[in-house]
This record gives sequence, structure tokens and C-alpha cells, in this order.
Amino acid sequence: MSSEITGKKIKEHEPLITISRRKSMAFWVRLAIRAGSVLVALIVCGLITRFVTGDDPISVYSTMLEGNFGDLDKMWYMFYNLAMLLGVALALTPAFRMKFWNIGGEGQVLIGGLATAVCMIALGGRIPDWSLILVMLISSVTAGAVWGIIPAAFKAKWRTNETLFTLMMNYVAMYLIKYFIERVDQSGSHTVGPKLLSHGWLPTVLGEQYLLNIIVIAALTVIMYAYLNYSKHGYEISVVGESENTARYVGINVKKVIIRTMALSGALCGLIGFLLVGGFSHSIDPNIADGRGFTAILVSWLAKFNPFTMVVTSFLIVFMDLGAEEIATKFGINPSFSDIMTGIIIFFIIGCEFFINYQIHFRKKAAKEAE
Amino acid sequence: MSETTPLALELKHVTKVFGNIVANDDVEMELRRGEVLAILGENGSGKTTLMNMISGIYHPDSGEIYIDGKHVTIASPKDAFSYGIGMVHQHFKLVDVFSATENIILGIHEDKFNLNKSAEKIAEIAARYGFEMDPNKKIYEMSVSEKQTVEILKVLYRGADILILDEPTAVLTPQETEKLFRVIRRMRDDGKSIMIITHKLHEVMAISDRVAVLRKGRHIATVDTASTTQNELTEMMVGERVSLNIDRAKIEETPDRLNVSGLSLVNFEGIRILDDISFTAKSGEILGIAGVAGSGQRELLEIIAGLQTPTSGSIEYHDPSNNKTVDLRSKTPLQIRDLGVRLSFVPEDRLGMGLVGNMDIIDNMMLRSYRKGKTVFVDRQPPKALAEKIIDSLKVVTPSAKTAVRKLSGGNVQKVLVGREIAAAPTVLMAAYPVRGLDINSSYMIYKLLNEQKENGVAVIFVGEDLDVLLELCDRILVICGGRVTGIVDGRTAKKEEIGLMMTKAKGGETHVE
Repeated sequence: MSSEITGKKIKEHEPLITISRRKSMAFWVRLAIRAGSVLVALIVCGLITRFVTGDDPISVYSTMLEGNFGDLDKMWYMFYNLAMLLGVALALTPAFRMKFWNIGGEGQVLIGGLATAVCMIALGGRIPDWSLILVMLISSVTAGAVWGIIPAAFKAKWRTNETLFTLMMNYVAMYLIKYFIERVDQSGSHTVGPKLLSHGWLPTVLGEQYLLNIIVIAALTVIMYAYLNYSKHGYEISVVGESENTARYVGINVKKVIIRTMALSGALCGLIGFLLVGGFSHSIDPNIADGRGFTAILVSWLAKFNPFTMVVTSFLIVFMDLGAEEIATKFGINPSFSDIMTGIIIFFIIGCEFFINYQIHFRKKAAKEAE
Repeated sequence: MSETTPLALELKHVTKVFGNIVANDDVEMELRRGEVLAILGENGSGKTTLMNMISGIYHPDSGEIYIDGKHVTIASPKDAFSYGIGMVHQHFKLVDVFSATENIILGIHEDKFNLNKSAEKIAEIAARYGFEMDPNKKIYEMSVSEKQTVEILKVLYRGADILILDEPTAVLTPQETEKLFRVIRRMRDDGKSIMIITHKLHEVMAISDRVAVLRKGRHIATVDTASTTQNELTEMMVGERVSLNIDRAKIEETPDRLNVSGLSLVNFEGIRILDDISFTAKSGEILGIAGVAGSGQRELLEIIAGLQTPTSGSIEYHDPSNNKTVDLRSKTPLQIRDLGVRLSFVPEDRLGMGLVGNMDIIDNMMLRSYRKGKTVFVDRQPPKALAEKIIDSLKVVTPSAKTAVRKLSGGNVQKVLVGREIAAAPTVLMAAYPVRGLDINSSYMIYKLLNEQKENGVAVIFVGEDLDVLLELCDRILVICGGRVTGIVDGRTAKKEEIGLMMTKAKGGETHVE
């Protein structure tokens, strides 16, 4: 339907290629296409690594596996990273289901982490550890919620653009942390570490420092799935996301739902900040979120906002990340190499959606014979 | 008109496929010189696709087009013009700030650019066919029917002698339609061939010489209008016998339900959308609302439903069982429900307001009832039962209750929506354009449902566009024009022309408020 605008008399019957929407597709075919795209991505990654490092492709893959599952420590670290990324993705998902593009996850995590650190410094040693942890939890969740509510309230009241607003809030959080570091740490090390944050460490479970965070996120995954799919709130979120007019029509208070959902989204991000600072690093600097606030957007989208699928998509991204990091260390390549790998795999995963949604037809021979 | 009249256009074995859908299947059609051929068919029967192939927008997958007996390839709208084919689309393609003349000559390469000369030529064409037109008037100052005139003149100016009109009467009042028909007859007498797409049967009978009926992409038959009847055409169009009767019962006791008085709405741009609207809706009665599209119908219903706040006026709901009256003005839909008022509303925008397109039928059933129950979780059992009941009783064609409603056809979407609204056992039921875009069978099912509600004592408010239907269905008809009530007539005795006049009575309905 495109080439006919030229105005010249073309003695051609139909464009060579036409693209049309598919009606539907069996579940296993879709799964096969997606699995195939991951496979192709891995092959391309292997070839590129081969080209850059001279290593043979099979050993490239084994290096990647090694980076993730090489020894027990690496495996724990992999699961910890998976949990943290998944956690942020879970936090963002309610907002996304509402079509509220919260790209301020990074800032919400940071502000939660900052609140935790502030409590640790201000109250550490003065009150018992268990009550300190409780205060840390409450203040980090509150701080995250406030960071979510501010753009939501502006959106609900004055229809401001939430994407820009949440993005800007990231920088505010980042600079607040920088300010905090300047004030607390006189040594100029740009980080406030375990020495200063010596109280309020979360307990370890079974002697594993990562396990508590992993358990919390696992529980959160199940809870979030139930919240989104079976609760009244989850239903309201879906209706508001699909059509605000319909929501108004059935008497849903759209403003209330927007603010409530963003409070939840921000609060959960704050919780992740609490887990990162109190549960693992016991330090704070503007990089503690490590870009997860942005990567999580991708995790959530790729999983079509389904919490259980997000386990798979975040694993995929963490696996590529850690695997490529291992390759970079082993061959002494620039660490950006891992970003290239991740980029390739994401390209293929997103690209395959085209083949799931559309069908390509080539011009039939019959049309040519009719000439 | 005889068999020997030369053919202007001939289609042979024309087929067009989009993905899995066969839009046109081996269509054969002939258009004679100097005739009006009506193309009749339901929505989705392939009328527009076929016309788009003739006017060069699409290209047939197979089959041939002949003009004056010669095989042609129409690869673009420009090609179509060079063969003298001009199409007037349903949606106008005009530049608002340009005058009629400027719009008409836009894109034509003439030897010399001379606006005055062009204007003269346009005036001459207009005079020949009896158009009323000021060539220097700007488009934004024009009414819908004037804009349509510009579109028709545009193709005539380019020398078209095969004209394709896509649903030209959909936006016109009866008077304007009559005017258009007079023009079409003069064009025909001048030797032009005209194809007119429509699904209104009485218009087919009034204007066409022959009728070509399409059904599901196939050409069923072409018949002489003089030797056929509306019933016969319907049967060809639908593929089965359908009864075109609306049973209008007369209910004896009709107590007042809803008293609207002095309702006005000024929007945020300061434009008066509604101006002092007053009427009463009664139990056991269908109150029709007639008016040109955009006369304030949507706003009126949305105010009653609690979705908009009026600038002034009152809405009182009366309960005849206990003689209590409650004020509905400026209440939210939830507050209205909490007052015990069962108000159902089938909005104009079905998938954008009444339903959620991406949700399945069960979740759409739940829209009205999801708050029930004390837990934080929704109970999907009752809506599931309701969905299955509606699918069964209204014969909704769907793979299952778990199918997203946007995947259903227009008629089935509407059945889901109307079914849900009626299931709430309303005392007031408002429906805006409930049969727009629906096939004949679904339309008559909706009329039947509305009538059943009326017989159950519901006060039904029906906003419609087809005056013939309004006159057959409604007990009383409220006519609005430019946000003002221009009359309330009895549906059993009123004449179509009378309503048509009221629809255009108050000129320049949009008045600015100082």
C-alpha cells in the first residue's frame, strides 16, 4: 500500500513485500520464537567475542557460565544481583501497568538508601539494633514513597509529564547523597562505608550474607503477582492504565489511584534501597543502585509486566552481565564489553516481537503471470 | 436505462486479501454511463475496500478493471483521476484556513495560476448542477454539508465523470440529504456515472437506478431499484430473512423518573455546549434525542451520569415507589449509586469508555461490580457467571469468556456492553448511538432489548442518528440543536421533515460567553 503514491504509472500489481498483523499464535510457537531469538543472540555474542578475543566460541560460553556459576560465591552473587534487579522491576511494575512511566526508580532506590544511612548514622549505638532496623525500614519506605508521590501528585493535579518529572527526581536524590557524603565523611573518599555505618546491619540468614535479600524478593514476587492480578487495587490499576475514561465512567477516583500506586511503587523502591544499604553494602554512595532503576524498566517491559516472567528476564540480563564481565576480566578487555553483549541480546529479544505480531508476505507469483 | 447503455466501468474477478481476511472475493460489477449505482452492504462487507481499489488507493491482488471497455491499471489516486474517477471520502480532506477555491485547485497543475478564473469556473460548475456555494468562503466557516459540496466540486473540477461517494448522507440532515440527491440526479442527467456507498435502504430506493449488494466481500447481485423492495435487499445483504419491525408498546402508566431543568454547560474555552436544557424522562417510555452530531448529546448524557459537572441547572431523580426525590447534580457515579439510583449508561465510545478493550469479557463484566465483597481481593465468580449468561442469551460470538473484547466484532462488543448495563437492573437506561456500526441483526436485537427495558418500567433515553429509527422506536423525541432544545415531539405522529427542520433551527449554536 505504499509505492502507489509515486504518481508514475507502474505496471506492477502489488509491492514486493507486504506486512500484516497476525491474528493469533499458539503459545508454544511464541515461546519457540523467543527461545530462538535468545539462541541467535548467544551465537552472535559468541562470534563477536571470538572476533575480539580470539577465543573459540565454545569457551566463550563456558567463560560466561563460569562467571555466573563458577563457584558457590559466584552463584550467591548472581542470585543476589538477580534478586535486587527483580526487586526494582517489581516495584516499578504497578506504575507501568497503570501506564505511568516511572523512570525514577533509580532515585527512589537512592533516597531509600540515603534514609537508611541517615538513620544508621544518627541513631546507631543509641538505640538497640532491632529498633534501629525498624526505624531504618520505616524511614526508607517513607522516603521512597514521598519520591513517588511528588511526581504522581503533579501528574494527577496538573497533568505534568511523569517521565521527565521522575527522571529529574533521580538527580535530586543523587545530589542529596553527595551532599550527605560531604557532610559526614571528612576524608574525601566519596563514599560512606561500613566504618561509619557500623550499626543496624540486617541479620544474616543461615550465615549467608545474601540470603535475606533473596528471600524478601522471592516473597515480594508472589505478593506482587497476587496484588496485580487478584486484588481490587490491581484491577483498578489495570482499568486506569487502559482507559482513564472508562475508570471515571465506573466511578474510580483516577487521581487517588495514580497517587496511591506511585506511593506503592516508590515505597518498594525505597525498600530495595534499605536492603542494599542495610542488608549488604553497609555503605552509601550515588552508585549503590548501580543503574538498576533503569535496567529494571527493561526487565519489566520484556516480561510484559508479569512478575513471574520477570524472574526469567532479570536472570537473562544478570547472566549476560556477569558473564560478559568474566570475559572482560579473563581477556583484559574494557568492561564496557559486557554492555555490548547485553545490548545485543536485548536487541534480539525485542526484535523477535516483530515476528510474533506481524506476518510478512511476498508478492505471489500469480500476480506476475497476470501481466 | 437499457442493457445497451455503454459501460463506464467494469470490474472482473477483483479480489483483495488482507492477511487472513478476504476483503473482496471475485467481485464482478458494472457501472453504466449516466446511472446512479448504489453499493449496499453491511459494515465489513467490503464496500470501501472495493471503492478504494477503483480510486487507486489499494491495488487488487487479482482481477481486472475496465474503463470504457479498456483494461486499465490504476496504481495511484492520480491514475484514477486521469481516468476520470473521483472519490469523495467520508472524512473530508480539506485545509481549514483555505477558501473553497483554494482547496479545490490545490494540487492541480494548470498552465496559469489564476484564482479568480478558477473561482469563476467553480461557480459555473456549481450553477450547472445546482450547488449552493460561495467559492470564497473559508472552510472553517462552513457547515458539514458545505464542506461536502467542496469535496464534490473538487472532483468535478478535475473533470471526473465517474464519482464515488462514500456514505455521503451519514452526516446530513434530511433536508440536506434531499438537496444532495437533487444534485446527484442532475449530475446523472448530465451523463456522469455515480456510485454511492450506503447502508440506508430508503436512500437506496430514493436515489439509485440499480443496486449492487455485497455480503462478506462477495458480490451477491445487482438489481434494478424499481423492481426490488427493501425487504428483498435486506435479505440479500444479510443472507437470511430478517423482520424489520420494531414493536412499540404503549405503556399506560408512565410516572416521571428524571427531571432535568435549565441545564447549561460552558466548557473551559468559554463555549456554551448546553444551553438551558429541560426535559422529563418517564418510566416505561423511550425518550429519543435527535440532533446533528456534536449538538451537545454526549455532554448531556455525561452530566446525567455524573461524569461532568454542569455550569447550572438541576437534575432530579424521582422514585415513584416512595415518592422521594433526590438531586443528582454534581454527584460522582459512585455517589449516584450510593443514593440507590440504578442508572445505566451505554456511552458512544464503547471501547474507550464503556469497556476496556484489552480485558476479557469477564473482567469487563466486573467493571460495575468489582467493589463487592469485604476482602481486598476481587471475586471473579459472579462476573464469570454473568459473562456466560450474556454470551448465551444475547448470542455473543466469541471464542470464550476469556477473549479480549477488542477482538470481537462491533456488534458483539455492543452486546457485551448493553448486556452488562441491563444486568444492573436499571431504572434509568441511557444509550448513545447504540447501533452505530452494527449489522442489521444486532441492531434489531438492541432495539428489542431497549423495548423490553421500557416495558419493564425503565426510563430509556436513546440518542440516535437515524431519524427513521427514532420515529419507529421512541415514544417522544427531544430535538436539540447547538445545545438548545428546539422541540419535543410525539414519536408516533411526528414527521421526519419536521424533526429535520428543528435539528437546524438555531443557527450558530456555539455562542461565546462574555
